[in-house]
Amino acid sequence: MSTNEHSEFIDSDTGKLGMWLFLFTELFLFGGLFIVYSVMRSKYADDFHHAALELNAFVGATNTVVLLVSSMTVAMSLTAIQQKRGGKAMGLLFITLLLAGVFMVNKYFEWGHKFGLHLYPGSDVMKSLPHGEIMFFGLYYMMTGLHALHVIIGGILLTIVILKIKSGKINSEHYLLQENGALYWHLVDLIWIFLFPLLYLIT
Amino acid sequence: MTNSSTSVPLNYLNHKTGLWSWLTSTDHKRIGLMYMYTIAIFFCVAAILGLLMRIEKLTPGQTIMTAQTYNGMFTIHGIIMIFIVVIPGLAAVFGNIFLPIMIGAKDVAFPKLNLFSWYVFITGALLGLYSQFANGNSPDTGWTFYVPYSAAASSNVVIALTAAFVLGFASILTGLNFIVTIHRMRAPGMTWFRMPLFPWSLYATAWIQLLATPIVGITLLMVIAERTLHIGFFDPSLGGDPVLYQHLFWIYSHPAVYVMILPAMGVVTEIFPTFSQKPVFGYVPIVFSSLAIALVGYFVWGHHMFTSGISYESRWFFSFLTFLVAIPSAIKVFNWLSTMYGGSVDLKPPLLFAISFIFLFTIGGFTGLTLGSLATNIQLHNTDFVVAHFHYIIFGGMGFAFFAAIHYWFPKIYGRMYNFKWANISWGFLFVGFNLLYFPLFVIGIQGMPRRYFDYDPKFQTGEVLSTIGAFILITGLILMISNLVYHSRRGAIAPANPWHGVTLEWQIPSPPPHENFDEIPVITHEPYRFDHPHTN
Repeated sequence: MSTNEHSEFIDSDTGKLGMWLFLFTELFLFGGLFIVYSVMRSKYADDFHHAALELNAFVGATNTVVLLVSSMTVAMSLTAIQQKRGGKAMGLLFITLLLAGVFMVNKYFEWGHKFGLHLYPGSDVMKSLPHGEIMFFGLYYMMTGLHALHVIIGGILLTIVILKIKSGKINSEHYLLQENGALYWHLVDLIWIFLFPLLYLIT
Repeated sequence: MTNSSTSVPLNYLNHKTGLWSWLTSTDHKRIGLMYMYTIAIFFCVAAILGLLMRIEKLTPGQTIMTAQTYNGMFTIHGIIMIFIVVIPGLAAVFGNIFLPIMIGAKDVAFPKLNLFSWYVFITGALLGLYSQFANGNSPDTGWTFYVPYSAAASSNVVIALTAAFVLGFASILTGLNFIVTIHRMRAPGMTWFRMPLFPWSLYATAWIQLLATPIVGITLLMVIAERTLHIGFFDPSLGGDPVLYQHLFWIYSHPAVYVMILPAMGVVTEIFPTFSQKPVFGYVPIVFSSLAIALVGYFVWGHHMFTSGISYESRWFFSFLTFLVAIPSAIKVFNWLSTMYGGSVDLKPPLLFAISFIFLFTIGGFTGLTLGSLATNIQLHNTDFVVAHFHYIIFGGMGFAFFAAIHYWFPKIYGRMYNFKWANISWGFLFVGFNLLYFPLFVIGIQGMPRRYFDYDPKFQTGEVLSTIGAFILITGLILMISNLVYHSRRGAIAPANPWHGVTLEWQIPSPPPHENFDEIPVITHEPYRFDHPHTN
């Protein structure tokens, strides 16, 4: 037994422990932005109030619902694979991806609208705003941008999961990657749950 | 356990050959060696930069380079030494090679991720190198990237920031891997308190890597956004706050000091029992002092900012915590000394380096308290005193522990032995050179010589010249040491499996270790460091 490569098998608990630790680091990554947000908010409370009115709470709420539903479908796909229903699992993951697409399209129009108003970092309109509003929009772009990046990464991860279900590498016995993908997707959802009130609701 | 009777037993070094077999290997020992070679090369580059800076300071005014070149050099020296050499250093090299063996595992929990981390590390290291040479315009902000200057400086700051971000990611992945490995891969019977102390120190380190590195990651991203998109989080002219940057930077970069020093403490904690042939004194206090250092070390970052205009209350608070973190460090020093007390001390090269580690680390630690006091800090902030202090900790501490570790584990890694006499002579050069290089900086620092200055008042020249002489002696020692090790890694006498009569698991397997470490996973029945065990007799 000592002549072959190291065992490639990672048991499920080990793999999940690693994923959870990784998710903590992701939370800390966003945590840095939350610190900056709270410092700036306490420094420029009034400006944050004015700037936040610019954001459309309806679009934000729609995206919140979209992401929450996508978290549900990804969890359902996990149950499906455990019940040996690979086709259903793939279908549910596909719906998750569609919802991620809806989220990104919404985001695209939201950002596009702001760019139309010349509200982007470095623009002359932006520079003429009070300091606190510059900070708010800076944080808005940084936080939602970094979150959108995570949506894309999560989407890629779930696409890989679909392909592996198709090829049979993920099945009712071995579905660690799907579990970890689902955990990652829940993180994407969770962070949005914090971003939504901080940026859209507290005005 | 070594029952192979063939003439050339297969081991992790020769079971497969060729560069490709190394670049695609998920074997923790090979990955550890790849880290070591990379880090050694970068260390030599940054050491030469350091020597050039010392030559520049032989005379006041310009000696061999322009002021701008000097600024670039101390920046790149810092970036390479901190982010590429000392932060990954011990954990990535000796942690990778010996953590799985010492806990009785065949590999880390995620071998592929381990290899991936190395590639991430290499990418970051090459980016760092590129930032030095691209457009002939090296960054000149210092390794701390303080804003607003780093947001405005017209040099390759973005590349250097990206490099630091990428290297941080590699560090996170290694930390994650080690935590899971220690939780899940220990051999049967190896309870937490039967685990050797080097793995314990890696465990404490890994948590810091995991919890602190993301903060600097996002901070560096914000500076990148500041430079490329003009967002202005830290730019006062747009409403940003430069002191906020300092907070975020030091929330990571102070714990990073403990990422460097904790494994160093772990290494010497292995060496003292072996070369005293005596159980380590105070196993449990050492474990808890490691955890305490990791915990308290997370909350002392503000002591870098006493002169940055933070409130009196926070200065008081951070100063108090800084003094507090000295307690667990001192506990360890007493443990090491007590381990040697009454033992059969064998002054071989690894122990020589380990003892000088205590000496240098203690000087570094005490001067750290001088800097942690509010009143003296005002006088000493941003002087050469600070430079001397952190080199005593980082080079005298982590660096000498690295040298101790390589001399300790060399026969296990290569299956060959280096020349003791040669090693002792190189130790002499290193120790004398180190002290001559850095001790004068304490003196001229107190007299008021600022750090990072290209030019100086002629009254500091004696100290500066002494320091430069020290640099030459130190470099001589480095050349001697490295050539001894490199030469004997291939041509040295064949080393026995357990040349030092060590009792931890790595000494119970052949040298070099077989590819799978253990033919049979050992079952652990007692605590480590028990020297009455039959095999030592």
